[in-house]
Amino acid sequence: MQSLIALFDFEFFRNAILAAFMASITCGIIGTYIVSRRIVFISGGITHASFGGIGMGYYFGFNPILGAVVFGILSALGIELFTKKADLREDSAIAMLWSLGMAVGVIFIFLTPGYAPNLMSYLFGNILTVSKEDLLYLLFLSLFIIGFFIAFYRMIIFVSFDEEFALTNNAPVKLFNALLISLVALTIVLNIRVVGIILVMSLLTIPQAIANLFTKRFDWMMILSIVFGFLGSILGLALSYIYDIPSGAAIIFTLVILYGVIKISGLLIEKSRQ
Amino acid sequence: MKSLVEIHNLSAGYGPNLVLQGVNLKIKPSDFIGVIGPNGGGKTTLLKAILGLITPISGTIHFSESMKSGGAHRIGYLPQINNIDRQFPITVFDVVRSGLMSRQRLMGRYSAEENESALHLIEEMGISAIRNNPIGELSGGQVQRALLCRALVNKPALLILDEPNTYVDNRFERELYEKLKVLNEKLAILLVSHDLGTISTYVKSYACVNNSLHFHEGNTVTPELLKSYECPIQIISHGDIPHTVLHQHTH
Repeated sequence: MQSLIALFDFEFFRNAILAAFMASITCGIIGTYIVSRRIVFISGGITHASFGGIGMGYYFGFNPILGAVVFGILSALGIELFTKKADLREDSAIAMLWSLGMAVGVIFIFLTPGYAPNLMSYLFGNILTVSKEDLLYLLFLSLFIIGFFIAFYRMIIFVSFDEEFALTNNAPVKLFNALLISLVALTIVLNIRVVGIILVMSLLTIPQAIANLFTKRFDWMMILSIVFGFLGSILGLALSYIYDIPSGAAIIFTLVILYGVIKISGLLIEKSRQ
Repeated sequence: MKSLVEIHNLSAGYGPNLVLQGVNLKIKPSDFIGVIGPNGGGKTTLLKAILGLITPISGTIHFSESMKSGGAHRIGYLPQINNIDRQFPITVFDVVRSGLMSRQRLMGRYSAEENESALHLIEEMGISAIRNNPIGELSGGQVQRALLCRALVNKPALLILDEPNTYVDNRFERELYEKLKVLNEKLAILLVSHDLGTISTYVKSYACVNNSLHFHEGNTVTPELLKSYECPIQIISHGDIPHTVLHQHTH
């Protein structure tokens, strides 16, 4: 315990806690939107498509996260526009984009001369190496998402719950869909540094699944998802320190255990009441 | 009486398929029109055109001034219940109040007056006890009631209902139609149904939609009449009305 507290003396550890906190806020809110709207698969597509941007970042020598932002948002808007207009099966289109992004990423990383540093940290994330710059991006995104959801909460719910009805009321459905899917892309990409491409989807869905055990209201689901996301991240971080295992995987593992424990104790309590 | 909606020579459809052709219809303030017709005949397409969800290929839909309110049309819409995701984390009260949203009101809260009228409707519809429950915990009939409140909360001049009797218990069905009868004193109703037998007691006229539209004044419908309208629909009735099933015919 002593040694855990002593960790706070290290800047990298304080940064990790801050990253976990902001990851929980962004993923808690955006994840609730994703789960409620049943666009988990779309989000998976955006996540993997953004790998193309990371690969190009390596090859052309710019910040890979910047490349991921561009790829992420373009593929998000692409899915949003094309699956509705073109006569294309939505899930097939997403799968295509999903693998195309990965392929582009792999090709460019292969073409990049020499060794690709930190490649593993994009795939699996490393919360202990997040930079000041990463933190700053996450801070801006957190503040923007909080502000956006507070200001437009009713409209977001209205458009998400029953799109057709919202259209008959002449609500700005297209605008909000585009804005929200862009926020989904940004949240995914900026959290890649924290938990990685392979694991970021779980940060957007497991806290929500836990929250859903307690509430079936959108506002409470957001708040509880943030709480459980942060709890899981901190416990996972401790786990990764104690057993010297990768932080991203430890966080996801902890979240799933947390879900299991709460679900089972809920069932047991229910049974003992009967 | 001046019409709320005048549809003139409307053709609509998807891609190269014309689902509706040369449709004319006038909806007057006191109308209670039962929209009937075979599946795939264009009932839903007609609704979507009136609701502005699809753009007509040709023809016009004209709305009277009394139908317009702040950029939107004063239409209350009750969609088919299977269009609704009942797992969505939203309470009954929030579903009902969402009927007040439109382009004009991007931000801000509901006024006390709006909350009041939403609660009043919820009370009237007999779902007060469950108003703070998530819709996932509701029965089909209760969800329908909540959706009907949502359709009515913005004080529409025209109420459009798409197959409100699917997945709903008989008791609610009867209550719903009685409710519509009362509502019809203040607003026009367009009711899509495949259940001719039950709605015949309530509607004032019929629109039979089967690629084209045939309007029939009055609520007595006989198989012969339907035949002359080229409206291949089955009449299956409940209760004390004799049971009639129309056989297949070509035209």
